[in-house]
Amino acid sequence: MSALVEHDYSRISLQQRLARRGFDGVTLLALPAVVFLLAVFVYPFIYGLALSFMPKAGGFFANYQTFFSDPYLYNTIATTLWLALPVTLISIAMALPIAFRVRLMRRQRLLTTILVLPVTLGTVLVAQGLLNYLGPQGWFSRTLLLFHIIDAPLKLTNNYWGVFASLIITGFPFTFLLTLSYVSGIDPALEQAAATHGANSWQRFRFVFWPLLVPGLAIAFCLSFVQAYAVFPSAILLGAPAGPTRVISIAAYQAAFEQYDYSMASAIAMIMAAVQLVIVVAILGLRNLFYRGSTAGGKG
Amino acid sequence: MQLASTSFNEIRLDHMSRSFGAHHALKDINLTIRKGEFIALLGPSGCGKSTALNCIAGLLATTGGGIFIDQKRIDQLKPEDRGFGMVFQNYALFPHMTVRQNVGFGLRMRRVDKAEIERRVTDALALVHLETQGEKLPGQLSGGQQQRVAIARAIVIEPPLVLMDEPLSNLDAKLRLEMRAEIRRIHNQLGGTTVYVTHDQDEALSLADRIVVLRDGEIRQVGTPRELYESPAHFDVAEFMGYRNRLGGTVTAVDGDRVSVAAGNAVVTGTARDAVKVGDLAILAARADDVAADGGQGNAVTATVETIEYRGREHVGTARTADGLELVFHSNRGAAQGETLTLSIDPARALVFAA
Repeated sequence: MSALVEHDYSRISLQQRLARRGFDGVTLLALPAVVFLLAVFVYPFIYGLALSFMPKAGGFFANYQTFFSDPYLYNTIATTLWLALPVTLISIAMALPIAFRVRLMRRQRLLTTILVLPVTLGTVLVAQGLLNYLGPQGWFSRTLLLFHIIDAPLKLTNNYWGVFASLIITGFPFTFLLTLSYVSGIDPALEQAAATHGANSWQRFRFVFWPLLVPGLAIAFCLSFVQAYAVFPSAILLGAPAGPTRVISIAAYQAAFEQYDYSMASAIAMIMAAVQLVIVVAILGLRNLFYRGSTAGGKG
Repeated sequence: MQLASTSFNEIRLDHMSRSFGAHHALKDINLTIRKGEFIALLGPSGCGKSTALNCIAGLLATTGGGIFIDQKRIDQLKPEDRGFGMVFQNYALFPHMTVRQNVGFGLRMRRVDKAEIERRVTDALALVHLETQGEKLPGQLSGGQQQRVAIARAIVIEPPLVLMDEPLSNLDAKLRLEMRAEIRRIHNQLGGTTVYVTHDQDEALSLADRIVVLRDGEIRQVGTPRELYESPAHFDVAEFMGYRNRLGGTVTAVDGDRVSVAAGNAVVTGTARDAVKVGDLAILAARADDVAADGGQGNAVTATVETIEYRGREHVGTARTADGLELVFHSNRGAAQGETLTLSIDPARALVFAA
């Protein structure tokens, strides 16, 4: 006779049931981050959204009506786009060939450090440097004058180009690092395979690298764009904040701290977020048209 | 489909060498590959076999010598201008292209007419038995199927030469045997010329018409599988051909091509592969197959069994003599661990190399 021990297999501990749904001890570690996000992002956002619908005067949508009826306000959207879009595109266009070169280098670290250095400087320092360098009495104009390439000092600061240069300098390292990681993530054997099967360097880029890079570049574009769209200090220091570089964040700043209309400032901030969202969603939508899987050539 | 639409007679590596700084990965490689041959480059990792393949493909520049197709020098050409097909160890399929697009890639780059591409891709997929998988992405295929796609992609351009870099090393044992037969079948069917890199002597022996054994960047021996297996010219080659018993010692007697070597307390007689004289240091090499535990002629050595492996038809074991020599032997009936056996080493098949 065998003594059978009855096991009740239907009883499962709470811990096991939670683990099945992906909750375990590690999940708790995410808690501080969740609290932090709720406190400093979600709550202020909802507060700001609500505030934007409580204008000093007028109805529910009065702030938004004001914004979209005053060209001095609504033109800031286009002004900011006119800065942020070219800056982002040019950063990526410059980062891509450099990343392709750096990918093959054995001592990447030195070059990467040099390229990334501007990040550590901060916008104000870069603005200061550019005022000295690109200003009417700066080295740049003087050198060109010396060689008689130009007859009068070039005006490169306190206008569109000053802000443009500053955004490129501070935004490029970020774009470059992202691009480099995508470029070096592509299995070098794919390029070799393409080459041995008859693809010249342009064809290798066009048919192998480019389709595999587009999804990554789209992400790099979104992140760089959002960063550039929020431009503020350099638009004031290097730009013409009353005119050509009156970006949307300046409008929000003036509403909040010159007119003390926090409700209006909130509304402008919400419009700024919406514009960024539209661009990001559009880019991510286009990204979905491309292959987004692994960029390895087979099992490794 | 017929390979090698470009007619040629031979591909010649003429004093080809490649160094990386002070490190000479390939030294003075001379080899003539005849049209239709299946050549295996065999050697341990780091011997330069992949370097040699990459130099032929043009993925690595040579640092000396030349590569010729008949009289035409090609080592200055870019890989895309050489027109070879290549199968990579990790397949290197384009992950964003379907199987058909992958296979048709080389034809598309050559601006072959669309209908022609369709026809040839269909033929190539039929050849590797993947007719129904054409619209899938490589990621949806198994390792063996991916490897077939890689082979189809290499042969569809009808290259004069197909290069294969350890194409089976990522597959499991069963699939490896199947694909091995496939590769040889495709080679025979298309009449192409293949250079195949491997570190697996079984693969080289079963596939190749001629094997090139490389060691430290140099060619040790070139020959048919039978030549290499039965009469390796060099100790390194013997080692690679499964001569697992290596007894080092002093030559005590030379009688024609029979040489006796004193290894420890045992004196073992073998067949000379190098010229040696009495008093020289020598290594006697023997396969486990030629060290019998069940009685045989010549060279009796007493040893104690340390391990024994069951191999189906026979057993292969290791045994140690009283003075510490280790021998790998085979036995039909098996042996027990700790048992003392008299092993006989066939003098005709044991080879003596100068140390």
